[in-house]
Amino acid sequence: MADKALAARLVLNRIGVGALTLLVVSAVIFTITNLLPGDAAQEALGQSATPETVAALRAQLGLDKPGPIRYASWLGGLVTGNLGQSFTASMPVTELVATRLPKSLLLAAVTAAVSVPIALAIGILAAMGRGGALDRALSLATLSMVAVPEFLVATIAVLLFAVKLRWFPALSNAVDIQDAGQFFRTYAMPVLTLCFVVIAQMARMTRAAVIDQLSASYVEMAVLKGARPARVALRHALPNAIGPIANAVALSLSYLLGGVVIVETIFNYPGLASLMVDAVTNRDMPVVQACAMIFCFAYLLLVLVADLVAILSNPRLRHR
Amino acid sequence: MSAMPLALARSGWRTASSLPMAGRVGLFFVVLWLAVAMLGPSIAPHDVGAVVSPDVFGPLSAAFPLGTDYLGRDMLSRILHAARFTIGLALVAALAASITGTTLALLAATAGGWIDEVMSRLMDAFISIPSKMLALVMVAAFGSSVPLLILTAALSYTPGAYRIARSLAVNVKTLEYVLAARARGEGLAYIAGVEILPNMVNPMLADFGLRFVFVVLLLSGMSFLGLGVQPPDADLGSLVRENIGGLFEGAPAVVTPAIAIATLTVSVNLLIDALSGRATRAAEN
Repeated sequence: MADKALAARLVLNRIGVGALTLLVVSAVIFTITNLLPGDAAQEALGQSATPETVAALRAQLGLDKPGPIRYASWLGGLVTGNLGQSFTASMPVTELVATRLPKSLLLAAVTAAVSVPIALAIGILAAMGRGGALDRALSLATLSMVAVPEFLVATIAVLLFAVKLRWFPALSNAVDIQDAGQFFRTYAMPVLTLCFVVIAQMARMTRAAVIDQLSASYVEMAVLKGARPARVALRHALPNAIGPIANAVALSLSYLLGGVVIVETIFNYPGLASLMVDAVTNRDMPVVQACAMIFCFAYLLLVLVADLVAILSNPRLRHR
Repeated sequence: MSAMPLALARSGWRTASSLPMAGRVGLFFVVLWLAVAMLGPSIAPHDVGAVVSPDVFGPLSAAFPLGTDYLGRDMLSRILHAARFTIGLALVAALAASITGTTLALLAATAGGWIDEVMSRLMDAFISIPSKMLALVMVAAFGSSVPLLILTAALSYTPGAYRIARSLAVNVKTLEYVLAARARGEGLAYIAGVEILPNMVNPMLADFGLRFVFVVLLLSGMSFLGLGVQPPDADLGSLVRENIGGLFEGAPAVVTPAIAIATLTVSVNLLIDALSGRATRAAEN
């Protein structure tokens, strides 16, 4: 009973730390994007605007108020879903985000669905044959794959599958998808590219998590008892490794956030990351701020889930 | 006088020849790329901006070993110049991150108390901003320039270096000879610099190598998006971007700079893994 209370306290504590971190992150992003003062109104009206109209727009946008007040109202807008007005698209940022975010989430979901089973299989196999030929080959491959830039994988995928073999189109517009075949052809290459990097990370971390369990004394006991290696791994070690593995999966999925920026751009995929890259190019600050906050929120959420899984699956807190 | 370098070279050779195969391959490419960064522009066969062929996106040939780019410039010369940019920027940024991270960590670990607490909390918050997001926000706010890119990359990777260095320093701090120095009444600066620092140099060097890889990937990614190094300067990522139009013709100009980046980053990774693997094996024996 006391352990349940302890676990609950740890969980609440961790969620609190996460919320606090998000607040600090929002302050950092707001500060960076507001260090150069007052340019937003000038930017929106162009060079030919008179000082009076610039001042009027500045007052209308609330840019004449001091920093902390602007931060507070921006933060309030974030919470209530009012993200301001885009400079270049002249429509609410919320609307822009609403059209792009589901596409990015779908891309991430498909990538996760493909990469998680493959990475888990690779990681568990490598851990079971620790030190063997398969393990060494996989270690070398994953060690190399994590250092390969996403655009190399993407360009080679295009050269191979779109130019040489002509299996898939090179761009993934993802506008009117009618049937499964079309869906497959649209998502194959972006997903393939993203999987490449994520699988390497995830397999490495899964391997480490399973090896950690395999070297525990209860596993040694099972081996001494005469249980077969597959049984030791699947029946004894794996149930206890689920927590660490889930932790590894959540953490590796956070690598998607970096990869998706490159992948959406190169395949012209209309997701949130390509919206952000365009906004950075056009210096459309409200959109940049909103996208950065969404990506940082997603990142913190994944790390939080990873930590919570680790806390809740810790057998010392579950039983005893 | 001349005995020192000779002995160094000899022990270096012994280390190199005791590495596993992957580590030797890594070492070969690391040395090759460092040489390119130092000598690159002077051994380039053509001027970096010169249009030397009427053939745009030309194939690999005897005259142009890596083909030609979208304007008919020699790709080999372009890559030799760009590599210096990529490696130079990444070295400066990674060094800045490692040195800042290590210094702050030593300060936090030796001072302890609230200084340690506040600094560690701040670093934890900063590490929660993915490096690409920070870079995009910085470029959106200030526009892209070489000093800004270095600052951004250094900012992004300082918290990671800090974390590793702090955990190393906290461990070393509890060793007996450090306690002895404290009992002797040595100052904090002496304890941090003379007693603790020398014992964390090796793992921090390995960490520096990893930060270097991260910075290369981050900055070439930004250049690939058109938000990193700006023309007329070009790093390896810019070369991929400016030639992306040749992708559908299967032009080598798109892939060769990307492969150049991968050989650099993968080989640094392989070398570090082999070296730290050697260190663990030596510790186990």
